[in-house]
Amino acid sequence: MVTERKNIDETWLNRLKGSRAIWPLLALAVILIVDGFISPNFYDIRIVEGRLFGNLIDILYRATPTAIVALGMAVVIGTKGIDLSVGSTIAIAGAIIAWRIHAGDSHFAILLMALGAGIACGVWNGFLVAGLGIQPIIATLILMVSGRGIGMLINLFYGGTDPSFESALLQGLSTGHIWLIPTRIIVGLAIFAALWLVLRKTALGLFIEAVGGNAAASSLAGVNARIIIFVAYIVCGLLAACAGVILTADTHTSDPVSVALYIELDAILAVVIGGGSLAGGRIYLGMTVIGALVIQALTTSILISGLPPEYNLIIKALVVVFVLLLQSKNVRALFSKKAARPSP
Amino acid sequence: MNMNASTPRVEMRGICKAFPGVLALDNVNLTLMPGEVHALLGENGAGKSTLIKILTGASTKDSGEILLEGKPLSFQTTGEAQALGISTVYQEVNLIPAMSVTKNLTLEKTVGRFGMISWRKAREMAREKLRRLKLDIDIEQAVGSYSVAVQQLVAIARALDDDTRVLVLDEPTASLDAQETAALFDIIRDLKSRGIAVVFITHFLDQVYEISDRISVLRNGNLVGTGLAKDITRNELISMMIGRELGEVEATFAAKSNATKGEPVLVAEGLGRKRTLKPFNLTLRAGEAVGLSGLLGSGRTELTKILFGAIRHDSGTLSVGGKSVGRSSPRYSINSGIAFCPEDRKAEGLVGELSIRENIVMSMQAKRGWLSRVPRRDQERLAEEMIKALAIATPNADKPVGQLSGGNQQKVVLARALASQPSILLLDEPTRGIDVGAHAEIITLIRELCQKGLALLVASSELDEIIASSDRVAVLRDREKIGEIEGADINREKIIQMIAGDDGH
Amino acid sequence: MSLKTILAGSVFAMASFAASMAGATTIGFSQVGSEGDWRPAFSKNMQDTAKDYDVDLKFADAQGKQEEQLRAVRAFIAQGVDAIIIAPVVVTGWDDVLQEAKDADIPVFLVDRDVEVKDKSLYVTRISADFNLEGRLAGAWLAAASKGTCKIVELQGTTGSAPAIERKKGFEAIISQFPAMEIVATQSGDFTTEGGKKVMEAFIKSTNNLDGICASFAHNDNMQLGAIQAMKEAGLKPGQDVLMVSVDYVPAIKDALAKGEANASVELRSAVGGFIYPVVLDYLKNPHELDKWIVIPSDLHTAKD
Repeated sequence: MVTERKNIDETWLNRLKGSRAIWPLLALAVILIVDGFISPNFYDIRIVEGRLFGNLIDILYRATPTAIVALGMAVVIGTKGIDLSVGSTIAIAGAIIAWRIHAGDSHFAILLMALGAGIACGVWNGFLVAGLGIQPIIATLILMVSGRGIGMLINLFYGGTDPSFESALLQGLSTGHIWLIPTRIIVGLAIFAALWLVLRKTALGLFIEAVGGNAAASSLAGVNARIIIFVAYIVCGLLAACAGVILTADTHTSDPVSVALYIELDAILAVVIGGGSLAGGRIYLGMTVIGALVIQALTTSILISGLPPEYNLIIKALVVVFVLLLQSKNVRALFSKKAARPSP
Repeated sequence: MNMNASTPRVEMRGICKAFPGVLALDNVNLTLMPGEVHALLGENGAGKSTLIKILTGASTKDSGEILLEGKPLSFQTTGEAQALGISTVYQEVNLIPAMSVTKNLTLEKTVGRFGMISWRKAREMAREKLRRLKLDIDIEQAVGSYSVAVQQLVAIARALDDDTRVLVLDEPTASLDAQETAALFDIIRDLKSRGIAVVFITHFLDQVYEISDRISVLRNGNLVGTGLAKDITRNELISMMIGRELGEVEATFAAKSNATKGEPVLVAEGLGRKRTLKPFNLTLRAGEAVGLSGLLGSGRTELTKILFGAIRHDSGTLSVGGKSVGRSSPRYSINSGIAFCPEDRKAEGLVGELSIRENIVMSMQAKRGWLSRVPRRDQERLAEEMIKALAIATPNADKPVGQLSGGNQQKVVLARALASQPSILLLDEPTRGIDVGAHAEIITLIRELCQKGLALLVASSELDEIIASSDRVAVLRDREKIGEIEGADINREKIIQMIAGDDGH
Repeated sequence: MSLKTILAGSVFAMASFAASMAGATTIGFSQVGSEGDWRPAFSKNMQDTAKDYDVDLKFADAQGKQEEQLRAVRAFIAQGVDAIIIAPVVVTGWDDVLQEAKDADIPVFLVDRDVEVKDKSLYVTRISADFNLEGRLAGAWLAAASKGTCKIVELQGTTGSAPAIERKKGFEAIISQFPAMEIVATQSGDFTTEGGKKVMEAFIKSTNNLDGICASFAHNDNMQLGAIQAMKEAGLKPGQDVLMVSVDYVPAIKDALAKGEANASVELRSAVGGFIYPVVLDYLKNPHELDKWIVIPSDLHTAKD
């Protein structure tokens, strides 16, 4: 009886150890625990101005745009592609919002225009990758380089020296709340749910994973690989534009040069921390969000740590390397070999 | 160099090699004499490349021994094999196109001191290497700027050293025209006269007889036979390559169908593609199994893929179910009720990362479109049904398909084709790399499907499989459909004769 | 697109060539580029005010590349301009070209950034704002406004950049004079609104809603504007609960000053033509030794301005 019990325990533990979810979650937990030591009232959550307020809420709030971009990135990476232009898409969406608000359009229409711009960016990338067969990293580099310039050009349409603006609708996205939860987090959850439905309740997710896993085999099985890849870039562009709306609502300015700088790298990192492989073939939506949370928790803890800002990037790099090492099968095999050795 | 002709240059004895689920080489012997050209023949998956990899150190043997001039050998890497004088030129030219001829020729053995490369010496070495082949080209040009034939020769030059004792040429003539092939053969004869043992792998029978002294044939990991080229007739050779007798079990299962021929469901007239397959006519009828026979490289796979739209035709017309097809594509074909099981499961058949269930459901899902997802419960039921019907050995339907054995993977490919409920099924080598039991099951299944009114095309390198399972046989030779035989005419001798051509030895 | 640019460029060159015939003082100005808001405004001001001083300005945009800038300066020398103004892209690598200018008897004036040359006599003087002074002005204002007792949070510019280093140094030089003034938290907001907001949000949490904090010093207005938003979202009243002082004096901070959400901003002038041209023209009329650095005064603005 006893041995049987032990077996069950072992398989449970092994399953947990084998699960790809455990390592990023563990990393997130460790970061949050360390934060508790750094700042004693780290976990405090109060209600300020009618909404939840505190470091933990902040991490969710700040991680939302990165997570949204990372979800789009996960879809593209699922096709064995990559989209470096997400930051530029955000800049363009932000510039369009500021421009049209100055022009006096209805704010709902402006929202649609910004998202439309994201779709247009996705169509462009999709055309280059799926239509012309250019390697994704090169194809999306084009918009990555030019996109922020396009944003600055849009700023020039209305003078451009003062791109800040007021908008009640966008203010709601930034500081609004539904019950006690900041609207931005709700919007993020809604986008996650919508993407999950589109990928998992239609066959799109299966097709994307099939194309990313083996494009030749998928084509012979009747999947239209080109259209699927095209759609993936459009999804990514649209999600980047969503993040663009949120970020623009946050600062109420259009700042194409520096808005969401290096967000493409954070997004790729979030996908990879979440267990995604750049070799394509699998999309892990939930884990990608965890990845984004790990990155944001790290950023927040550096900010509250009081360490000189010169250390920020190095600490971030070290933690990321550590998490990725934990993800690596080889390193894990090394550890389990050690663990498996009988103790003296 | 040991020029003693009586001692074999290389003797491989009792070589065995197993991969998960497949016995790639089963007790194979191969002897290479100094100064002989030894042709190694066999269909895809017969074990040629595994044997060559073991000889050249790219792969290790499970058992058996290799003697080099009578002395036992054991090496782990291609580098060690090369040091002993055993070199290979692979089918895909292994050169770096953007680099100069000099750099390509001296990449593996750089000359110079203290880690510095002496380009002057490198150029001398490159010129010396090319001189051996009497090749006079500008060695500073990038390799990619030369024709494939010259690249092939550069690759050979790189493989050759003063002390080369064995040279393996894997399909060296695959992309050469007649003139270039003749030039290559001159070089091979020259190497032969210098006492080098040349292993020549090819699927062009004419070339085999033109250049080789002895022939060895592999089939399904076994050595079928070795003999002097002048003693083996063309018909005998073809029979050795594709004429395996079916086992008793398989033969029983492969009983002839007595289904009556139905309506034509697929008609190809003058269908073809330049440099791929000469225009051909072919009609598939409901309830009829058509076999596609021919040697490797005769165009079996190409014909199947043209019918399916995976290779687009540039001449002729194709009609499916009475409707004329304009631009064919796999998607169009699947939507009009054609299903296809490709020969290369790993590259073209399956998405290894995805589960059995997901792979099985894919074609059916593609037919329905992305919006109308097959509900999870239906997917599971379908996968369970298929696993049961085709006896796929797996603990559950959610196992990644890449982890299955070859035979089970083949069954998953077949399951996917069947799940799309086709009226026409195209099978390219449905039993390749599968053990005998699964082989029989699949042939039985093909028969059953036919009786249910499916139109079937089976391309196979197994002659007896074709004979056992087909109502009609189309024969291919050199990328051309050369004829069809039906009913009582379907027998080994007739098919071998057709494949060999009238001028057969 | 590029053809258009070339055409426009040559038309511009011809126009300036025609203007140079008028007999006015010809000055070549090699600008870094057109990044950000401040620099284009600076270039525009230099071009606009040139007319007021009867200067024929030959303007060359180096697009952030030093080799482009060296080429422009050599072109100015070849054209025999009366004086050359350089806003250097980088600090090093200037000895040769400045020597060439000196050999051609063309005086060189530096604006904005500094250069490192072995022989300081290769250029007449540097005319620019003083980042350090900006920091000191902000510090001095804060010392006065808080009567010398203040816990400060600091939003730094991009780590390692010259304005961030100098503004911090200048600010610290002043507050170190007051024992009850100290910086309790400092972080980089990368000169962006988004960055300022993020950092201030973290400060708000780590200091228990800015408890006991009396001021926020930001190395530029953009970060301060982000900080203002973060504070408002946390239910705090920037400008009242906490003193807000920053640098740049951009239009948006003027609004914030008017609303009382910011308290002071040190102006980084873009309208500097009026400071630069008199120095250059005066020197051309009467060449004499000048100080190696002429500081353009920085003004601190509050809501009253």
